[in-house]
Amino acid sequence: MGRAPQDTRGSVWTYLLLSLIVLFSAFPLYWMFVIATSTDEALAKLPPAVVPGNQFFINLNEVFTMQDVYFAASLINSAIVSSVVTFSVLFFCSLAGFAFAKLRFPGSNALMMVVVLTLTVPQQLGIVALYIVMGKLGWNGTLLAVIAPGLVTAFGVFYMRQFVVGAVPDELIESGRMDGATTMRMYWSLVLPAIRPALAVLGLLTFVMTWNDFQWPLITLNGSDYPTSMVAISDLASGNYVIYRRVLAGAFVATVPLLVLLGIGGRQIVRGIMEGAVKA
Amino acid sequence: MSTTRTQPAQAGGPAAGRPGGGPPAPGRAPVPRRSNLRNRLLRFDMRYMPYVMIAPFFLLFAAFGVFPLIFNAVVAFRHWRLDDPDLTGWAGMENFSRLIADEDFWNALYNTLGIFVLSTVPQLLIALVVAALLNRHLRGKTWWRVGILLPYVTPLTASTMVFSTIVSRDYGVANWVLGLLGIGGGDNPIDWRADKLHSWIAIATMVNWKWIGYNALLYLAAMQSIPRDVYEASAIDGAGPNRQLWQITVPMIRPVLLFTIVVSTIGGLQLFTEPMLFDLNSQSATGGPAGEWQTIAQLIYKVGWKDLNLGYAAAMAMALFVIVVVVTGINTLLTNRIGGGRR
Repeated sequence: MGRAPQDTRGSVWTYLLLSLIVLFSAFPLYWMFVIATSTDEALAKLPPAVVPGNQFFINLNEVFTMQDVYFAASLINSAIVSSVVTFSVLFFCSLAGFAFAKLRFPGSNALMMVVVLTLTVPQQLGIVALYIVMGKLGWNGTLLAVIAPGLVTAFGVFYMRQFVVGAVPDELIESGRMDGATTMRMYWSLVLPAIRPALAVLGLLTFVMTWNDFQWPLITLNGSDYPTSMVAISDLASGNYVIYRRVLAGAFVATVPLLVLLGIGGRQIVRGIMEGAVKA
Repeated sequence: MSTTRTQPAQAGGPAAGRPGGGPPAPGRAPVPRRSNLRNRLLRFDMRYMPYVMIAPFFLLFAAFGVFPLIFNAVVAFRHWRLDDPDLTGWAGMENFSRLIADEDFWNALYNTLGIFVLSTVPQLLIALVVAALLNRHLRGKTWWRVGILLPYVTPLTASTMVFSTIVSRDYGVANWVLGLLGIGGGDNPIDWRADKLHSWIAIATMVNWKWIGYNALLYLAAMQSIPRDVYEASAIDGAGPNRQLWQITVPMIRPVLLFTIVVSTIGGLQLFTEPMLFDLNSQSATGGPAGEWQTIAQLIYKVGWKDLNLGYAAAMAMALFVIVVVVTGINTLLTNRIGGGRR
């Protein structure tokens, strides 16, 4: 009693409440799997089925063979979009972050202020004009239109700059200059190895956000033959009669990659969110 | 925000007298030509390379982030229909006067604000409690933190469809459980899509579920940077854990509180996916048979891509922008008040 919270041992109540919140967090995922594996009959009775059925592959097969949904292709499209965007964000944002953190050039402070200001720009509100721009470029309905707006993020530059400041000693850059290394050379051989942890964090966060993005892909890809998996899920759920076991079988498949990422990189994702907070 | 820089003060100037830079000093034997060229290249590199490195971010963000926002304002004052490309020209204030008289817009604003209040207040309060729990000395600390992030990584489309089935009227598990508790019950189950209040609660629950863990981690990060001796002092005054939380921890993490309130406001007022997919027919974009839960972002989608009137949709987006700025401002003021804002 009375000591700092982080020195106080969690009581039984602490663990109980935390277990409740984790259960609440996990329940919809469990329920998704229950419905994705059930028959229509099992879903239309009370009390509801509370354990998974054995129909998962039957339901999934129906999803993959549905007309005009292109579910299999949509998973590939999502993978392409998310990978390209993640790679691009990592490259361009670490490049800019390094420049802002360690290089001296006129206007750098003012330009960094611009980056910080753009952190809060509600980009979604320009969506009508973005659609018109993409129309002029002839990109609507293609993956290009989905990829282009995600290629760089202000948060990425901000996060990378913070990390480079701490992770790359000035002496390292200094001695690189002495040896006559070019700036790009230093980026490749000194900076990139030093910021690997930050690249993992930013990469995971970017991939998750891009994979899950729905509003803009829905608008630009509507009715095209190249949906992302999120758009495909909403296609499964449209129409006057929705077959939920199909929708959720598809949704479950589109969720698995992210659960795998959380399993592998959970620690990094947690760190990324917490580090972004302290510096916000 | 200040950082140490590599080079001594020589911004843009030649690196005089240092190896690898600067012209040879007068009176000295000229350096061999090859290294001179090399020096010049290196100088060029030092002077201009930083701009080359930050250019991709600024160019791409300008093209696909900032320009559309500005151009949106132009579109809002023009006629712009997807089904009638020949209809162009300035509309003046036409889109805006139509908006003021549009019942759908006011209904959507009402819904947006209602759902926003129902989702933001509980979300941040629960997140605060969860963060306080996580701030204890725990076993398996990483495990708990990853566990509460499950909603954060789950696609909204997927979770919304699950919640849609959970709250279905006849066979939903929510009504079944409530029935066991004596609420609603077998003969008159709650219809979560029938009226504003119920549909708002259902949608707000989805939003809360999604963001509680994420916000709890933000609060936890701030809590861990509070110096221990602040607590030692209050312990001498005999403050229990509860009083510590509200009298020390919360005031100390006010910057992050404000940050989460701002971010939740900007995000919450643009709510789109949940109301879209909560509809039994997710492509209708009507937000219920009579627009019970249609949000502004959803209405913008409907006006722009179902009714094909992009000019009008752009005007609505501008209105939403103003609303976001105003509500964020009000919330900032309120937070500062509550925190005894003497800054």
